[in-house]
Parts: sequence; structure tokens; C-alpha cells
Amino acid sequence: MRAFTQVTALVAPLDRANVDTDAIIPKQFLKSIRRAGFGPYLFDEWRYLDHGEPDMDCTHRPLNRDFVLNKPEYKGAEILLTRENFGCGSSREHAPWALEDFGFRAIIAPSFADIFYNNCFKNGLLPIALPVEQVDELFKELTPGYQLTIDLDQQQITTPSGKKIAFAIDEERKYRLFNGLDDIALSLQHAEQIKAYEAERAKRAPWLFTE
Amino acid sequence: MSGKTLYDKLWDDHVVYTEDDGSALIYIDRHLVHEVTSPQAFEGLRLAGRTPWRASRNLAVADHNVPTTDRDKGIADPVSRLQVETLDQNCAEFGITEFDMNDDRQGIVHVIGPEQGATLPGMTVVCGDSHTSTHGASGALAFGIGTSEVEHVLATQCLIQKKAKNLLIKVNGKTGPGVTAKDIVLAIIGKIGTAGGNGYTIEFGGSAIRDLSMEGRMTVCNMAIEAGARAGLVAVDDVTIDYYRDRPYSPKGNDWFMAERYWQRLHSDDDAVFDKVIELDASSIKPQVTWGTSPELVVAVDQNVPDPAQEPDAVKRQSMIRALEYMDLKAGQAITDIAVDKIFIGSCTNSRIEDLRAAAVVAKGKKLADNIKLALVVPGSGLVKRQAEAEGLDKIFIEAGFEWRDPGCSMCLAMNADRLEEGERCASTSNRNFEGRQGYGGRTHLVSPAMAAAAGIAGHFVDVSSWEMQQ
Repeated sequence: MRAFTQVTALVAPLDRANVDTDAIIPKQFLKSIRRAGFGPYLFDEWRYLDHGEPDMDCTHRPLNRDFVLNKPEYKGAEILLTRENFGCGSSREHAPWALEDFGFRAIIAPSFADIFYNNCFKNGLLPIALPVEQVDELFKELTPGYQLTIDLDQQQITTPSGKKIAFAIDEERKYRLFNGLDDIALSLQHAEQIKAYEAERAKRAPWLFTE
Repeated sequence: MSGKTLYDKLWDDHVVYTEDDGSALIYIDRHLVHEVTSPQAFEGLRLAGRTPWRASRNLAVADHNVPTTDRDKGIADPVSRLQVETLDQNCAEFGITEFDMNDDRQGIVHVIGPEQGATLPGMTVVCGDSHTSTHGASGALAFGIGTSEVEHVLATQCLIQKKAKNLLIKVNGKTGPGVTAKDIVLAIIGKIGTAGGNGYTIEFGGSAIRDLSMEGRMTVCNMAIEAGARAGLVAVDDVTIDYYRDRPYSPKGNDWFMAERYWQRLHSDDDAVFDKVIELDASSIKPQVTWGTSPELVVAVDQNVPDPAQEPDAVKRQSMIRALEYMDLKAGQAITDIAVDKIFIGSCTNSRIEDLRAAAVVAKGKKLADNIKLALVVPGSGLVKRQAEAEGLDKIFIEAGFEWRDPGCSMCLAMNADRLEEGERCASTSNRNFEGRQGYGGRTHLVSPAMAAAAGIAGHFVDVSSWEMQQ
């Protein structure tokens, strides 16, 4: 997993609440057995005027020019600014895979759906929840070319005017994302504790340990 | 010291260790696996040279991509076929039990788990699918996970989690005629919103929840995720214990008696403290119909489509305007004036035997309206299908003009051939009415099985609570 330390990048505004994971990556693309290559199909139904299918070459598909990510001024955006409950619905990790593959490094919103929020951290993507008033203010300030600097270690966002906005994050999640660590390897360091738990639990609930 | 909630008890029973910041490694008793969210997890195991920690705690089934007709001919779509074959190969390679597509026990992962007794009270249950919350109906801590976590559970039988807060939703009193578990949960989502349960585990309680069968409780917990909560719970009672007696994977002999004793303590203590409590009056809930593109955009069937102009919040107002446009509806239109093109009775929300019975009562002796292009009944599992056929439900549906299909997720998310065409409108017993969910440009209205069947007969939405009497 790619580590997240500090990012200074262009911000794209997606002014919608309750953006669901079906919208982020529609179901037909979930048939893939690969982990990469979802970026071209990110927000497929909003981004293109035709109906997308897996493995389609997207370079000549008709674009929805009104959709924010198709506007030239937001080309290369790595930070997405959006509204409450982003990533609701299905647990598909293809949603953060698509966002990451497209080039996003961070998402700022008043709130995130729990499973999506969790999935982001497994993929080097930083979801930042800010109070709704601060998100409103960022939406108001945002004009084409607007950049933010996000510093994970300092847990701080810096706006173009130099204003600092602090954000909260769990220590453990921050540590893993900052260092790009493999969760499984870290958990397996506790293998003896897992075995001890199983031995103790088997006494209390033997029916779970019959096979 | 105050007592514990059911969630507190389940959590405490599964903690392997806790970090300083409160995140914990928790043990997983049952991992359900399906074809869509597992291939990359198995690939990850293979690349790292890892093997499953305890293969026997995994149970796999293909459900999202499977066809609901002509199953003996296999899967026509090569991309879907490859995904299902990949699951078969991975299960064979890693020694995981799988019910294949032609096994009678095959079905939607959240239907077969309880049906087989593979998910039991007091367990932690996870699956790479957000509707894993369904299994909380038995007093299990059950929640959906992403593919990285699927790989983590395979490799360690554990997950890193942070404890959620406790939310109690009490539905007091009794529901009126024609009002089902689906209407209760849609009314809850209408009240608290799709983000209302974010950061919480919801325990559903109150007399109207206690009065539900296990199937009904599963419908309610299934849609906890639509209220924003990863997990929903219902306390164990005699209904729960009776349901699990003699299921294939249920404990046997002395283990059963020991399990029963343990399960009986799976309820919140009288003096348990919840972070939040929300109460609803069951008698005020009417059959529900969603009108928008989020499950929270829902009203009672006897109401009208709401007017965005009346919404004070600007972000919500914009969502409503966009939803009306996508759904091709007008503010003030009566819900009962909305005509539908297709009917879908199925999904992990409403495809159990009780759901099919409720729909059959409405369809019996009637015919689909002329404007209905297609009406599907998709049982949740091969065993539900067999049971329904033993009761003659298949004949009732077929005589009324419905198609009687093989089990799977089907048109809930249209990963197989069952889908809406652009602009088509569907009365659906599934769980999500998002844009494009049931097919590109399709329009979904979420309802109960009885309401879906009635819409098929009438050709538009009708209030089953009064309509049935007049027929």
C-alpha cells in the first residue's frame, strides 16, 4: 500500500450528498477478478453519456461535459471535496480502488459511510471528515485552480490563504497509512494471542470448534 | 456500574487484544464468501504465500452473477462465468466448503447462512457484502467488510475494529394489517435518514420487533446498513432458539444445551445504557413506498410525492430535485397514481418463505395488469424454492403471470441477466433504489412483498392494507 505523508494538490468539488458506491463504480465493473484498472470507470454513469461495460476502451466514449471531473480546470485533481455520507451503500472495495486508480489521494466530506471509510485506509486513500460548516466554507472558497495541502503527520489542512484546518484520525489508522503498512503482517505478529483466544473460547463455546 | 448492551456483550466475548487507541483485534466465528468480493483476496493470499487460518470457518456460495433461468446450461456471460469459476477454483485450492450453483442449498449468501445454521446467535459473522447485517437478527454481531478485510479474515480469522456506539431503536405497540417488517424498517430509515446510524450498532427492540418472526427480523436487520449502521441486532428469545433447532450446522446433543444456555443471555441488560434511543409507534406505520434514489426518500402509500420547495435544507432540497428528475415524478403526485413496468420479488431483504407466502396471498386467483412487462419471483435459496413449491406457491405465481425463477441476487443489483431497461419503473422488494442500481437508467421503488405483488395486479401502487379487502 502507498504511504500517505503530505499531499499538495488540486481540489475537485462534487456537490452531492449520499454519493453511493453504486455511483462511484457501477456493478458491471465488479465482475473483474483484478484489483487494478477501475479508474477509467469511476462515476461511469455520471461521467459518460453512454452505458459503460467492463474492458471498454473509454478514450472515445461520449463525455458528460457538465460532470465536474470532465471539466478541464479540474484535470489532475487529487483531492475530492464532497457532501455528507459519502460512500454509502454496498461494501465494494472497488469504490476506493477506482478513486485511487483515477488519481485521488484524499476525500474531504462532513461524513462518510462506515465501510467505505474503513476501506479507504486499506488503499492509501485518506478520508477526512470535517464539520459541515468547514466543508461549506471550502465549497464557497473553491474556484478552479484551488489547491490544498494535507499533512497527515500534523493532521492539518492548509488553504491557499494559509489558514490551517485540523482534522481528527485514529492513531492506529494514521500510523498504518503514514507508513503504508500491511495489516495482515501486523496482525499475524499476534498469532500466539489468537491461538490462546481460540483455546479459551473453545472451552466456553465448544460447538464453534467441532471441525 | 451499569449493565451491558447486547452489542457490548458480543464485542467483549470476541476481543483478542485491544490497542491503546481503542482499536481491537476481534475474533471472527463465521466468514461467508461470495464470488464478487473475494477473488482479489484469494489472489492476495496466494501472492503472500499465506493459507487460511481456519478454513472450516468459511462457507462460500456464488449468488450475485448466477442466472435465474436455464441453470443447467451454465452462465452465458463469459465475464460472470469467469468470476464464478474463480470462486470454485479458490475454494478447491484453499479447502473451503462451497455450495455450487446446482446444489439445492445454493442461494443468496444471507439467506443460506441462517437457513443452514451456519450463522448462529452469539457469533461474529462477516462477509464482503454490506447486507451481512441480516445475520444480526439472531443476536449475532454481523457486518459487511471490504475485500482487504476478506483477505485479513482468511489469513488471521480476525479483524481490526473500533467499537461502534450503541443505538436502540424501539418500535412500540402493534402494527396494523398489511404492515410488514419491510414497512417498519423503511419507516425507520425515513425517520433517521441513511446516515442516521453512521458510527452505531443498532439494536432493534420493542414489542413490534419481538412480534416478528425470524424472517421478519432478518428483513429489518438487513436494512440496518441503509440506515448507515454496519450492524443491526435483535435480542435472542424463544423465537430465535426455536428457529435454530435442528438446522444442519446447528450444535448437536450436549453442545446444543450448552449453546442454548449461552444464547439466553444474549440480550441487553435492563440497566444497560445506550448512547442514543429512538422510539417509533408501530400503529402509526403504514405500508411504505420509496419515491426517490435513496432509501430515506420514502413515504406511506396513501401520501403524495413530497415537494422539494418545502425542504429548508439546501443540500437535501437539491437531492430531492435531482431524485424527482431521475425518477420522472412530480411533487404532489399521489403515490397510488404511479404506474409500474416491472415487479421484482426477491433479494436478501425479502426472498424467504414468509415473503413468498405474503406475496402469494395477494396474487392468488388474480392476473398481472396489462401494463406489467415482467414480474419476477426469485426465491432466496434452493431450499426456499422447494418449500414454496411444496406449498403450491409457484403455481399461484405462474397462474397470475409471474415468472418463477432459480435462486440468486438477480435484479436487486442486476449483475446477471435480470435487469431494468432505461426508463423502466419497478416495484421491488430489494434494499436499494440508487440510480442505475437495477439497470442503467432504471427506476426503483422499494416496497414489501405484498405491496409489490399488489402493484403487479393493479398495475400501479395500491395500499394493501385496504385494497385486499375490496378484491
